[in-house]
Amino acid sequence: MKQAASGLIALLLLCGCSGVQTPLDPAGDQAASIHTMWNVMLVVCSFFYALVIGGLLWAVVRRRREPVPEPQASAHDPGIERTLAVWTGLILAGLTLLISWSFFVDRSLAQTHDDQALHITVTGYQWWWRVEYQDGPVNQWFETANEIHLPAGRTARIKLESGDVIHSFWAPNLAGKMDLIPGRHNVLDITPRRIGVYRSQCAEFCGMQHAHMALPITVESPEAFKVWRAHQLQAAKAPTSQQEAFGKAVFETKACAFCHKIDGADAGGRTAPNLTHLASRPSLAADAIPYSRGALAGWISDPQGMKPGTKMPNVPLTSAESSAVVAYLDSLK
Amino acid sequence: MTRPPKKTTGPAPSPRRPKKEATPVVAAPVIAAAADAQLEETWADAPGFWGWLTTVDHKRIARRYLVTAFIFFLLAGLAAVAMRLQLSKPENTLLSPARYNELFTIHGSTMMFIFAVPIMEAVTVFLIPLMVGARALAFPRLNAYSYWVYLAGALTLWIGFILNVGPDIGWFAYTPLSGPEYSAGHRADIWAQMITFTEIAALAVAVNLMATILKMRAPGMTLSRMPLFAWSTLVTSLMTIFALPAVMLASSLLMSDRLLGTHFYNAAEGGDHILYQHLFWFFGHPEVYIIFLPGLGFVSMITATFSRRPVFGHIVMVLALISIGFLAFGLWVHHMFATGLPRLGNSFYTAASMAIALPSGVQIFCWIATIWSGRPVFKTPLLWVIGFIVTFVIGGLSGVMVASVPLDLQLHDTYFVVAHFHYVLIGGAVFPLFGAFQYWFPKFTGRMLSETLGKWHFWLFFIGFNVAFFPMHILGLMGMPRRVYTYPSGMGWERYNQIATLGGVIVVVSVLSFIVNVLTSLRRGVPAGDNPWDAPSLEWAATSPPAPYNFAHTPVISSREPLWEQREVLPIMTGLSTAEREVLVTTPVDAEPDNRQSSPDPSIWPFVAAIATTMVLIGTIFSEWALVWGAVPLTIAFSGWFWPKRPRRGAKQEPQ
Repeated sequence: MKQAASGLIALLLLCGCSGVQTPLDPAGDQAASIHTMWNVMLVVCSFFYALVIGGLLWAVVRRRREPVPEPQASAHDPGIERTLAVWTGLILAGLTLLISWSFFVDRSLAQTHDDQALHITVTGYQWWWRVEYQDGPVNQWFETANEIHLPAGRTARIKLESGDVIHSFWAPNLAGKMDLIPGRHNVLDITPRRIGVYRSQCAEFCGMQHAHMALPITVESPEAFKVWRAHQLQAAKAPTSQQEAFGKAVFETKACAFCHKIDGADAGGRTAPNLTHLASRPSLAADAIPYSRGALAGWISDPQGMKPGTKMPNVPLTSAESSAVVAYLDSLK
Repeated sequence: MTRPPKKTTGPAPSPRRPKKEATPVVAAPVIAAAADAQLEETWADAPGFWGWLTTVDHKRIARRYLVTAFIFFLLAGLAAVAMRLQLSKPENTLLSPARYNELFTIHGSTMMFIFAVPIMEAVTVFLIPLMVGARALAFPRLNAYSYWVYLAGALTLWIGFILNVGPDIGWFAYTPLSGPEYSAGHRADIWAQMITFTEIAALAVAVNLMATILKMRAPGMTLSRMPLFAWSTLVTSLMTIFALPAVMLASSLLMSDRLLGTHFYNAAEGGDHILYQHLFWFFGHPEVYIIFLPGLGFVSMITATFSRRPVFGHIVMVLALISIGFLAFGLWVHHMFATGLPRLGNSFYTAASMAIALPSGVQIFCWIATIWSGRPVFKTPLLWVIGFIVTFVIGGLSGVMVASVPLDLQLHDTYFVVAHFHYVLIGGAVFPLFGAFQYWFPKFTGRMLSETLGKWHFWLFFIGFNVAFFPMHILGLMGMPRRVYTYPSGMGWERYNQIATLGGVIVVVSVLSFIVNVLTSLRRGVPAGDNPWDAPSLEWAATSPPAPYNFAHTPVISSREPLWEQREVLPIMTGLSTAEREVLVTTPVDAEPDNRQSSPDPSIWPFVAAIATTMVLIGTIFSEWALVWGAVPLTIAFSGWFWPKRPRRGAKQEPQ
């Protein structure tokens, strides 16, 4: 009982907790309405647990000092039968409340009639995310990877697809999760309200690096989003130094360009993340490593060491080539 | 020897009333002793290793099952400890991601398929014939075969793991991750064939138990007088028979995709990954109830004995068991709420999933009411029951939470779910199981377990379990997903993971105290006598441990609590042969004597057939031709098994 009570207190405290990856700190409409469901559940379930534990305690202490009688072979207990009827009624009432509440919350998640929705397609791969903004005229479309920016107050309609195995898109502060399944097209609506950076993480086991498959989501003001979007629409910055130019040449002629795409360079691979604005992203390798020039250098020289099993091979480069590629990529703000 | 000259409608119950606990017959002790000696000889196994290989005695096989399943419980537990150590700090490098994925796969697969289901079957296989007053199971050789096939499946999985070809795809092995494109090598095949092995074994046991319960109950044990444990076994067996074919289909289609290049689960060729999930969870959810319904049976038996009164609401309890059995087949989609199935449909599964809280809640009420209105005696088995209620209800309530579609979209595949199902499975099955060990150990071995060590075991386990798993609810709510081999620092997850790891260590100590208790009690435990707890059900009328033939004379029942109703003497029925293995067949509802049936002798053929089965199943991991060539030894083995029995010298042949 004491344990249960302390557990309950811990849970109640959690309701006020904050974080970048928790359903208890909603920053969007969908997460908020699920959060009310959680509160209702917690209250109803705690009530029933208290009843059970109270009854059990009473049953255990009631006759513990009496002498042990010969066992009764049969018993008729009209009083308990009436209590059972009451208990059954209570359970039915509780379940009715929860089932209807759940039903209406679920309806609310599907009821965004926002014709102005921002259309984004997120495709999951082992172990990174392709993010395609497909909003407005086609010349306004662009692609990025392992990051999402969303304008606060506008519903984003995210189409979820998979390029290989099943993944699941889960940004708990914004909405519930939805799977990315090969051969199927799922849709998830997110209406972010509070500005901030939230973390989403793959929630369906997808192989060796399932643990390192996250996706930071930046919710920003519509103005800031407009600026970001305009920047994303631009091609990559041209090299400004000799080293960067050499890095670009290495990138285009060595293994890099087979898998990666950089708009504005001679690199059009589609099997790995688009790197056009790599240096403007908060992290590397699906949020496995926070972005810094040093981390980038480490990643390029030994991806298998930093994220064992990643599909990016260790590409043999001389140290001059390697630092040139780092310099070039680090310039891609 | 008392044999009726002709058998027509079956022998009538005889009103002879021997003393209950001593030698069964008072009237003619000399004849009785001779009959006992002959029974002993008729039902004896061959001596030594040959006897060990050929035995069809349900008690010997059950003990074997128990020990095997428990060893795998320890191994899978060690896998869990390794995972907990890995998670005790962020970005830990104790285990490689590949190793961690293998560990959680083998932990889940072992706990579900090689520990939980088999150990429940083990206890059940031991108890059911005794509890219904039968000499043997309905199909003793099938029982031997089940064990050997089960053992082969368990060894396949663990030898694969030791040779570093263990599966790494999770216990659920979702396609396409487990399909030919993303799981090269034979890791996934080993998982799929382990499923086939254990499911063949479990199906065989289920058929066996159902036939025994429905056709071999002691005269007078009508369905309405049947103990609650037998009811829970009956429902479990029915569920097994309906649920397991779905997973065998799921894994066989997977094998076929991998081995033959079919496209059942290839979305690019018109296959469907959701098909796999439907098949898997149509089995997977009932599986949970298959594991914990026997636990509910244990709880009912223990509660009655230690509350010194029958369980309150016997009929309500039976109806609750049956309705859980039905509802369990209507909830599987709640494992798939995030896959994007139609929303309205999902809502029905929410309602069905929550509805199961009603029969479960009613059962909880009945146990508490039993303790309340009885005079509880706080021996260790009852402590386990109380621990069961305290923990299982948490699991049940968190189950109501995840049954809600919108809430599940947040909680699904997080540590909240890990916490939830450990509360359900450990709270609902392992607590009752340890209680059952403590309770029936005297019947299994003839000696009592130590109460002192038993209490240590209970309290350490209760505390350790809650310390290990309660924080996982919080971790899930803080956003920690399942099946991650590590996590970044700064998420606030370290502390709760460390607490959980500490709890895991306490559980290890607790299980060690149990092992010490069993080993010391086997040698030095207090001799138990037939009915050390003064329990009401029929298995306590047999000696501890029971003779190979269980009862010298078939008991006749006239109430639900035979040993409490007839405190001095138990009516018996005579007429079964002592010179050959014979069992009594009764009618399914009223348990009226119907027939005498000969029961098979010990035989090596179940063992040979299991080896032949193993050859086929292991062979198909490598080549489809194993199905063709493997048919030859299988045919030989089953022909040997079913070769018509030559009548014994001097024995009359049965009419059918």
